Amino acid sequence: MTAREAEFKEYVQGGGQVETGDWMPDEYRARLVKFIEMHGNSELMGVLPEREWILRAPTLQRKLALTAKVQDEVGHAQLIYRVVEDLGKPREQCLDDLISGTSKFHNVFHYPTKTWGDVGVIAWLVDAAAIISQKALLKCSYAPYARIMKKICWEESFHILHGRDVVLTLVNGTDEQRGLVQEAIDRWWGPLMQFHGNPIAADSDPMVEWRIKSQANEEARQQFLDGYVPQIWELGLSVPDPALRKDEETGVWHYSEPDWEELKHVVTGHGPKSQERLDFRRRFRDQEAWVRQAVLADAA
Amino acid sequence: MIYEVFRQERKGQAFQHAGSVTAPNDAFAEAYAREQYGRRQESEALWLVPRAALREVSDFPDELQKSYHRVDGYSLKAKLKEARERAGTTAPADR
Amino acid sequence: MSERAQRLLQIADDELVLGWRDSEWTGIAPFLEEDVAFSSIAQNEIGHARALYELAARDLDTTADELAFDRAPEEYRCAPFVEFRLMDWADTIARRVLYEAADAIRLEVLKTDPDPELAGLAAKMDREEVYHRLHAEMWADRLRDEPRFRTAVNALWGHALGVLDAELAAVLAERVPEQIGWTPAAAAPAARNGHSEGFRELWDEMTMVRRSIPGASW
Repeated sequence: MTAREAEFKEYVQGGGQVETGDWMPDEYRARLVKFIEMHGNSELMGVLPEREWILRAPTLQRKLALTAKVQDEVGHAQLIYRVVEDLGKPREQCLDDLISGTSKFHNVFHYPTKTWGDVGVIAWLVDAAAIISQKALLKCSYAPYARIMKKICWEESFHILHGRDVVLTLVNGTDEQRGLVQEAIDRWWGPLMQFHGNPIAADSDPMVEWRIKSQANEEARQQFLDGYVPQIWELGLSVPDPALRKDEETGVWHYSEPDWEELKHVVTGHGPKSQERLDFRRRFRDQEAWVRQAVLADAA
Repeated sequence: MIYEVFRQERKGQAFQHAGSVTAPNDAFAEAYAREQYGRRQESEALWLVPRAALREVSDFPDELQKSYHRVDGYSLKAKLKEARERAGTTAPADR
Repeated sequence: MSERAQRLLQIADDELVLGWRDSEWTGIAPFLEEDVAFSSIAQNEIGHARALYELAARDLDTTADELAFDRAPEEYRCAPFVEFRLMDWADTIARRVLYEAADAIRLEVLKTDPDPELAGLAAKMDREEVYHRLHAEMWADRLRDEPRFRTAVNALWGHALGVLDAELAAVLAERVPEQIGWTPAAAAPAARNGHSEGFRELWDEMTMVRRSIPGASW
């Protein structure tokens, strides 16, 4: 590492903020772009499992709320890709890499949705897992990203409430409706436990060293369990992990080892819905290339 | 084209940079900024400027001691003490 | 059913079904900024449908959701124009442009309705529609010379005319060329009665969760 890079590292570790035009080490820039791009990809791919249910929403209120939630996710993708573009990678290149499988998106968006129960569980628990990571990113050393995270976190707050509202309505409904929630939790638990990633100690995580991330993976997972398992149990619902318990003395949640092989397999594009969803994106993107040409191409 | 968006959250507050949108012209930029920064009525008003029209200024040299026009350039404690001694007075709070 | 309820349902069904079709673009519009804007328009359409259903629901002693979801397909009064599944952007945006023009005329009339509730609601909807019209205008302007857009407008023109009664359709026929800057190819107004082929499938999907547990709260 050069002296300048060492100085930069010390600067960000001391809480220093970096703006778009500032000098930054190549490694910092590269890690930043990859991380932020994956976030944008995830928002964009997260839309696909949910948008089917917009069409099937069983009340006008739910239809509006779900459309607005998915709209927010697209809006977040816009904010995020703008940040990546200002770091030097154009949006169209990001989309090329997403569709070709060169870049990744979060595991949870590679799985199918099967019932209205999934709609509630995704908005309540999957979004909750995501928000924990997103709140930690408010302290990202790269200021343009930290700033959009503020807007993203603010908008996500309604998503969880909407999710919880859907779940509570189901849980207070018929046995069949309760069954939808429990069955969805049973299916989503594995991916949820993998979501925050392999535990890597904060001091061996380069992302934390550069202050891009400020929270270790395991810390995020613990926060999720601490916040949401009690919420699940208080509804009389179960979590499909017999080993799940909180050590009251240490405050640490113990759980069955998540399937890290599954995680790797899925995020490299081999999830149950990975290719179908990427193909779907490719199809529409290609079909509408003429629109971008007609509307955006002459742009200065 | 990239348009920078500045938003005023409430009347009386300053406009702050909020983000940017891609649009071919003013009409599209307005529509898109309105959506991204106002669809929840969360802004009082927005200003839009094509990025190319913005100029940044960011170098402010202070090489030769310019504290004369800042508060930190004035330390009056010692002089005030001397003046009070001469007048035989004490600080107003002590009377 | 009262005449007022019938009128309300006709407009509400148009708005619901068009909003439903337009909401299908959420996540897959040509580019991100447009995706967000287009989704708001779809949400507004559904919001308008909801307000109209709520008024009708009082007349008919039911609820807005029951009107929106619990009728048989043949009981919906929407124009075939709003039912078409248009998953090509040129067609979708052509329909937006034409529908907004027709809806503007319809709302103008409704704003002066002797029934204060109808007139009041029309005024509220119109204030949101201002932005739909600006959106339609910016696209019609940008795509004015795009052959795909012209083809789409021409193909949909007869159906657009059919949304309104003969008297108002004549106004539409005058206004649209002024608004878009060219005259669509002449077409006979399509009948409003009956449903398009794809409507049954639309209804099936729209109501499938609701029908899965009849009477349940969601």
